[in-house]
Amino acid sequence: MKTISVGTLESSDCLITLKSAQTLSIDIDSVVHEAFYDHIKAVVEKTLAQYNIEKIQVIVQDKGALDYTIIARLKSAIERWREAHG
Amino acid sequence: MIYKSLEKLMEDLKIHDGLHLSFHHHLRNGDKVLNLIMEDLIAKNIKDLHLYPSGIFPVHTSMVNALKKGLIKSITTNYLNGPLSDALNQYPMEGQLTMQTHGGRARAIIEGDNQIDIAFIAVSSCDQAGNASGLYGKTACGALGYAIEDAIHAKRTVIVCDTLLDTVNNPQIEGQFVDDVLLIDSIGNASGIVSGTLAITKDPLGLKVAREAMRFLIASQFIKNNVSYQSGAGGVSLAITKMFNEYLESHHLKASFYTGGITRYHVDALEKGLVQSLYDVQCFDMEAIRSLKENPDHHFMSASDYANPNNPDRKIKALDIVILGATEIDLDFNVNVTTDSKGLIIGGSGGHSDTAEDAKLSIIVSPLLKGRMPLICKRVTTITTPGKHIDVLITERGIAINPMRKDLLELFNDSALNIMPIETLMKKAHDLSGVPKPLKKSSQSLGIVEDRHGQTSDILYRKE
Repeated sequence: MKTISVGTLESSDCLITLKSAQTLSIDIDSVVHEAFYDHIKAVVEKTLAQYNIEKIQVIVQDKGALDYTIIARLKSAIERWREAHG
Repeated sequence: MIYKSLEKLMEDLKIHDGLHLSFHHHLRNGDKVLNLIMEDLIAKNIKDLHLYPSGIFPVHTSMVNALKKGLIKSITTNYLNGPLSDALNQYPMEGQLTMQTHGGRARAIIEGDNQIDIAFIAVSSCDQAGNASGLYGKTACGALGYAIEDAIHAKRTVIVCDTLLDTVNNPQIEGQFVDDVLLIDSIGNASGIVSGTLAITKDPLGLKVAREAMRFLIASQFIKNNVSYQSGAGGVSLAITKMFNEYLESHHLKASFYTGGITRYHVDALEKGLVQSLYDVQCFDMEAIRSLKENPDHHFMSASDYANPNNPDRKIKALDIVILGATEIDLDFNVNVTTDSKGLIIGGSGGHSDTAEDAKLSIIVSPLLKGRMPLICKRVTTITTPGKHIDVLITERGIAINPMRKDLLELFNDSALNIMPIETLMKKAHDLSGVPKPLKKSSQSLGIVEDRHGQTSDILYRKE
């Protein structure tokens, strides 16, 4: 299955990668991990819940992106994932 | 005595355990001299060293090596950036780290709080009599303001130089204070010493901050004939300096002096007749070095002339406006430029708290968010400059005036500027970023932050 990556590793942006998996998993690596890990995880979960996707690995490499950036990157990634996988 | 061999010099200096040694940071990340001396001390296994570099940069890896081997007992400096900061968390010293200010270090050396056995002073040119200047030679770095008190007050002063001239005119360091000269091939890498490309920020947020700051300055009525001004060399500060110059020019005003680290934007003002004098403790670019050589109203000053609190003639005593940065600022206007929000040391006061204390108007300029981290927090991780010396915070999304400045609050009461309480500004940040989870503080102390009078302003903690 094809891997999808959306975003950049520039400051205030994030790179989101989607990979096939047997279950749902979310891996977050953030420059503001200590202060915002729980917050970012909740944003990702909430966005994923809007789509009916359960077997996927979401990798977030975050360089200090705000919520709207994370949501936009994740939505784009999911749309491309759906295009690629029918 | 002039040496061409480090080995012979070190032998004659009778290097031994427990020495207090000083260095300066005018060669910044291009410095080779601190590493040259430190590597020699490591090779000789000299222990219990007390080190007083005025600033520490990423290039200074020899200090990490010495720390790992347990050779360093204490470090006293004004600025620390680079791998040493991590190493200090991993390899505890027997003594402590003391973060001073530029003015405080000068005071401490003059008054004997910092007792220096040997000062190793990198200089780009000197003569046989030990007269030395940073203006000449192949590795010229300009003003050597932070090395002057070391040269005068150390028990022994060693000039480390790569260009020997017949005579040095108007030496910054006079030969009478110099005991030895060590001639080496190169004291530094030019590319790391001065930047040819210090530039005004292109970041739209940074430019918005600069424009807001300028609007505030104009409305504050501080900009008039004989105003005095200082700003740093960061991209936002430079933008404000350029706008400040343009305002003087278009309103036919003339400033009395600019202080601090000098850049081509300061030189530009001098050469256009927009400012009477520049007082220069360190040159940030080639234009500043050229001007210090050529312009009689571009004056060299030592750290004590600049900011020593017990020097009644210090230049910043008469300073009207200072523009400063911040890593964090809290609801009491305390500013941190020493550590990041995780407690890792990333800088230090330099002249931050010196100028904030003296200037009539101390302005912090910064974007409201740094990446995702809000600039404003309830309590800064480390107090570099106490809030009582900070008057105004200017961000792209609003301006907060320190409630202690009732005069300013009154002046801006009906202002069209976007002025609000700092609590409101913090809330605006949190609306964008979320509320950051407070971090656990380690209980193990690593050292202290000292104000320029020698009083402890905060404790530095080891990261867990």
